[in-house]
Amino acid sequence: MTDVTPRALDARLAARLTPAVAMRAVSPATRDDASDAAISAVAVRTEQLDAMYGGVAAVRSATLTFTPGRVTAIIGPSGCGKSTLLRCINRLHETQPAARVRGAVFVDGRDVYAAGTDVVAVRRSIGFVAQRPTPFPSMNIRENVVAGLRVAGIRVSGTELEDRVEAVLQRTGLWDEVSDRLDSDPMSLSGGQQQRLCLARALAPEPRVLLLDEPTAALDPGSTQRIEELVYLLRGEVTTIIVTHNMQQAARVSDITAFMLEGELIEQAPTRVLFTAPSDARTELYLTGRFG
Amino acid sequence: MSALAAPSRVQRTERMARRRRMGSFMTVVVWCAALLSVVPLILIAAHLIIGGARVLSPTFFTALPAPPGVSGGGVANGVAGTLVLLGIASVIGMPIGLGAGLYLAEHGRTRLATIVRYLSDVLSGLPSIVVGIFAWELIVRPSGQFSALAGGFALGMIMIPLVARATEEMVRLVPVALREAALALGFTRWRSSLQIVLRTALPGIVTAALVAVARVAGETAPLLFTAFGTPFWSLRLDRPIAALPLQIYNYATSPYDDWRAQAWGGALVLIALVLVISIIARRVTRSRFGAATGGARGD
Repeated sequence: MTDVTPRALDARLAARLTPAVAMRAVSPATRDDASDAAISAVAVRTEQLDAMYGGVAAVRSATLTFTPGRVTAIIGPSGCGKSTLLRCINRLHETQPAARVRGAVFVDGRDVYAAGTDVVAVRRSIGFVAQRPTPFPSMNIRENVVAGLRVAGIRVSGTELEDRVEAVLQRTGLWDEVSDRLDSDPMSLSGGQQQRLCLARALAPEPRVLLLDEPTAALDPGSTQRIEELVYLLRGEVTTIIVTHNMQQAARVSDITAFMLEGELIEQAPTRVLFTAPSDARTELYLTGRFG
Repeated sequence: MSALAAPSRVQRTERMARRRRMGSFMTVVVWCAALLSVVPLILIAAHLIIGGARVLSPTFFTALPAPPGVSGGGVANGVAGTLVLLGIASVIGMPIGLGAGLYLAEHGRTRLATIVRYLSDVLSGLPSIVVGIFAWELIVRPSGQFSALAGGFALGMIMIPLVARATEEMVRLVPVALREAALALGFTRWRSSLQIVLRTALPGIVTAALVAVARVAGETAPLLFTAFGTPFWSLRLDRPIAALPLQIYNYATSPYDDWRAQAWGGALVLIALVLVISIIARRVTRSRFGAATGGARGD
């Protein structure tokens, strides 16, 4: 973790001047007055997590640890439960009919499934980007970017809001493309731009955890590359968990890779290790294209 | 065996020619069907314009109905009365229909939803005169008089199922992923329903609601013994109120030539009114919500 010490005020002033650069410095520090210890602590951890659709178990006693500030990729064949696992972390899984979750998910040391947990607060602290771009058609581009801030009731002055919009659009590489039409319809953007807008929307409230559910599955290679670069740049500030079908993508963007099969975690290791010397035979079979 | 043998070139060209002939023939058939489907509208419009334009004059819109034998007279009270009735109907029908539709879309699998959906279909199939009787029984009889309120209530009853089912369909068209994106961003369930789902579906819902308004604007039967009609100027909600369809009915069935001509004029005004309402509201929707229902442009 770098850039953890600047005081919020200084960072905020800096944000006025060079939003794109300053924002990176702001995000971990302004969250709370977290000490180095808190930030180096485990950011996300699932423990004996079971997730079910009706009677079918999609995830079975999965225990995974996600290192803070790192990018963890979850790979595995279709239906292995990787998306479901991801959606358990921000408690999105349970919004589906007949979906149930057992076990625990610790985000920043707190079990998000503990009784009395404010689900909405949990979701606000975690960014989420789905497979298909989901800009809100009823809002313009600017409103989309700040939707998360608005709904959280974060009151900021007009100029600061504008700064935030610019900063987060700069980061997602959209600023140059949309700065002259922030008031226009997001549906007029290309698919790749829409997805980057969704990423901007997820990043605007400065989450500490970012969940990406096959974020490039519906995009062309050029847009995919831009998203991957972004994920790479976010390293150090956000704990990123990316579910992907694409093994090359996992190899490119992640520090750590987890391999899942039939709802169970097979192994989790630094990406280089997992791809070159997997310890489980099934991982090797999958990586070499023998199944899945 | 012959089926497996490659067709000769002659056979092939013959088959091609036959397909082309059949294709052209079917094109002509559906083209005619398409044309015929709009013929009634064109005939009605032409008939109305020819029959109604004669009596149209500025005073037709500003004057009250004239007694038989007196030339002139207008439908000012009818236009105003119809607008009042539509207003009351919308106040009753829209919120209830919208809420019910939202409920059906979001909790569609519950038993209550199944029952509500079924009954709502029954209600929309109910003859409108029965709805009029219901309003009479419920409001006119206890209160002892015909009233605008009773008429608006009857029209509102007819609107509810129309708005509800249209809302349900439009809300269902909103992708689940959009709702999930809102939830993941920290929207509460009701906020995502109202601010994201409903607003995304709004252009479709507004269009459907307008169709509902247009539909009840022409209803005559439920007004016969509720709004009742009056030849005088009245906007009071607790008194009988004039309505264009009632005036058209009264004039058209009267033995006076003057009045029958006025009926044509009234019909023309009614159609124009419905047209204007839908054009204005559509424009409002479009300017505000743009291509909200459009898809993503390709890269």
